[in-house]
Amino acid sequence: MASSFRKERWPVTSRTLILLIPFVVIAAFWLLSRYEAKLGHDPTHKSYWERNGMVLGLTFVGLVAFWTLFLVTLPYLYMVVESFHPKLPPAQRGGPNDFLTIAQYKSFVISPTDNEWNWIHMSNFTYSIVVSALIAFLNLCICYPLAYYMAQSGTPQKVRMLMLALIVPYWINEILRAFAVRLLLASKGLINQAMMGTGITDAPIDFLGANAGMWIGLSYANLLIMIFPLYNAIESLDKNQIEAARDLGAPWWKIHRDVVIPYAKPGIASGCTMVFMLAAGSLAAPLFLAGPQQRWFTMTVYDFFFQAFNWPRGSAYAFILLAACITFVMVMLRLFKVKLGEAIR
Amino acid sequence: MSAGVELDHVTVKFGNFTAVNDATLDIKGGEFFSFLGPSGCGKTTILRTVSGFLDPTAGQVRIGGQDMQGIGPNKRPTALIFQNLALFPLMTVAENIAYGLRVRGIDRTTRRRKADELLDLIALKGQGDKLVSELSGGQKQRVAIARALAVEPKVLLLDEPLSALDLKLRQHMRTELRAIQQRVGITFIYITHDQGEALTMSDRIAVMSDGVIEQVADGKQVYDLPQTPFVASFVGENNAFTGTVSKVANGAAVVDTPFGALAGLNPKALKVGDKAILFVRPESLKIGKGGSATSFVSTVESVAFEGNMTHVFLKGASKKDITVTVGRHGGAKIPAQGEKSTVHYDEAHGLVLPEGKMARD
Repeated sequence: MASSFRKERWPVTSRTLILLIPFVVIAAFWLLSRYEAKLGHDPTHKSYWERNGMVLGLTFVGLVAFWTLFLVTLPYLYMVVESFHPKLPPAQRGGPNDFLTIAQYKSFVISPTDNEWNWIHMSNFTYSIVVSALIAFLNLCICYPLAYYMAQSGTPQKVRMLMLALIVPYWINEILRAFAVRLLLASKGLINQAMMGTGITDAPIDFLGANAGMWIGLSYANLLIMIFPLYNAIESLDKNQIEAARDLGAPWWKIHRDVVIPYAKPGIASGCTMVFMLAAGSLAAPLFLAGPQQRWFTMTVYDFFFQAFNWPRGSAYAFILLAACITFVMVMLRLFKVKLGEAIR
Repeated sequence: MSAGVELDHVTVKFGNFTAVNDATLDIKGGEFFSFLGPSGCGKTTILRTVSGFLDPTAGQVRIGGQDMQGIGPNKRPTALIFQNLALFPLMTVAENIAYGLRVRGIDRTTRRRKADELLDLIALKGQGDKLVSELSGGQKQRVAIARALAVEPKVLLLDEPLSALDLKLRQHMRTELRAIQQRVGITFIYITHDQGEALTMSDRIAVMSDGVIEQVADGKQVYDLPQTPFVASFVGENNAFTGTVSKVANGAAVVDTPFGALAGLNPKALKVGDKAILFVRPESLKIGKGGSATSFVSTVESVAFEGNMTHVFLKGASKKDITVTVGRHGGAKIPAQGEKSTVHYDEAHGLVLPEGKMARD
């Protein structure tokens, strides 16, 4: 059989191979640094080991290596490998049916069960991306005035109070917050009760079904992520620039259009990027607050991992989401002429 | 088109602090008018009140006869040049200059033409497409002026715009500013703590101290006939002799000072027995014996040779020395350190003023 033949030719599986990559990279860098040290030898320069001693030196190296390798790099690499394998029961892993394949990625476009277009997953995916982008924009609209107030016009005491009011809700767990929003918006929730009690409406409004809860939850969860980059950017703007524009005859909205927003663009880009990424990748808010019509794409990923136990397809879907998000962000940065370095500053 | 600026009993308070106290002034259209005073004297507050960033607590600001109460800085016929210039770093030079026109909705070609005209005026022809960061300090300065002139203000307000430049450039820009003002013919209101700038450029100067306008006059009068001890001691170097008036006659007065009776002009008509300060400028003092009430003796503390002149420092009544400035061809023999020296002056160069606040050194 062809596959068993392949197995004999390649005693090293793709899983072990990929796990070697980081070590190869580390070894390459180490050799490179040795070479450079020899090239530009500086007798006054003390080596890393001379400066820190053996015990401390090993501790630092060990901790950093543990963090970057075992907690960050290897799990991701493992998921990448997994996404290129078929779903198999544990007994068959490493067996003759365990070969490299792009079937999991293909299944996102063409459903493997009926060979038709996989509209359900593709629409979930598009929906998540579009709504995340809109959430980022909505958040920008909410946070820009707040950040401007905090950075330029508020008195220090008021700014401190506002900052506290913004941070304190984040002491509460995200799931609790999501449930609180649910309690407010439910058919028999506080808002509906109040509206019916005062006679504004006769029947309860289905806020949750209309996804209002999800929008609120996602925006609220990422409020601080947007405010702080904006605040940082606007805060360093010289007040005289604003006054100069005003003195030259600009009404307030032109001051923002021509002076403040161009100056704060890196902050805006950074805030929008992070909110977009976090919204697209969030699970709790859509899970607890979304209506029944549309599923958030992360829920699909989650289901593959924990309902269908199809880790390969789950990882493939997760990487599709990741790649799409990164592409989207890059395109947007390009479009608004922001350098990546500025956005992550 | 220029317009006059009138301050009518303007008072500006921040909480309990009075930044400007009852300022009344009439700045004529087309005038180069300076506010001169040490930092914290309220001159910037006046400028911000005229430009509209501050509202007076009491009193009225009128520009071209029109009350400015409730009119924002973007609606006033003034343009302000900031101390740090506040050019927009993300715009090109031409965009900076034409920004005021852009917010007025003027089309791109007209804007560009106007910017080019102004670039010509400030001798930066063809540099409109550069970024502000590519310009030198003096060039940025001129761009800030052009940006303000582009909106055709009736009054140009300048908040110590030369303070960030080095000495040579500063002196050059003084002449330049004066020339630009005469070319465009609008009212310039200039804020400075540098008396050299105020004296060389201004038609008239208002000397301020602690929120109060001490004197308004042209440069020569401010220097020759200061009205208060503050002005006498703040503008230029001056020697002060405190004492009591002992005799008055024919517009002159004699003051009993620690150096004996010394005479000077008495423009404030002080009476015998009044506490007074006699001021004599260092260049008015001469080595050698003179009249009885216009000469005195003191010990030479030190001598400083400066090339075109020599300063002789005599022991004063207080900690502060008496300075005698001898010109290059003053004729007199310069006394040595430790010698007793007699100095004299012309009575017309002594000035007796009522006792009052002096400038801090």
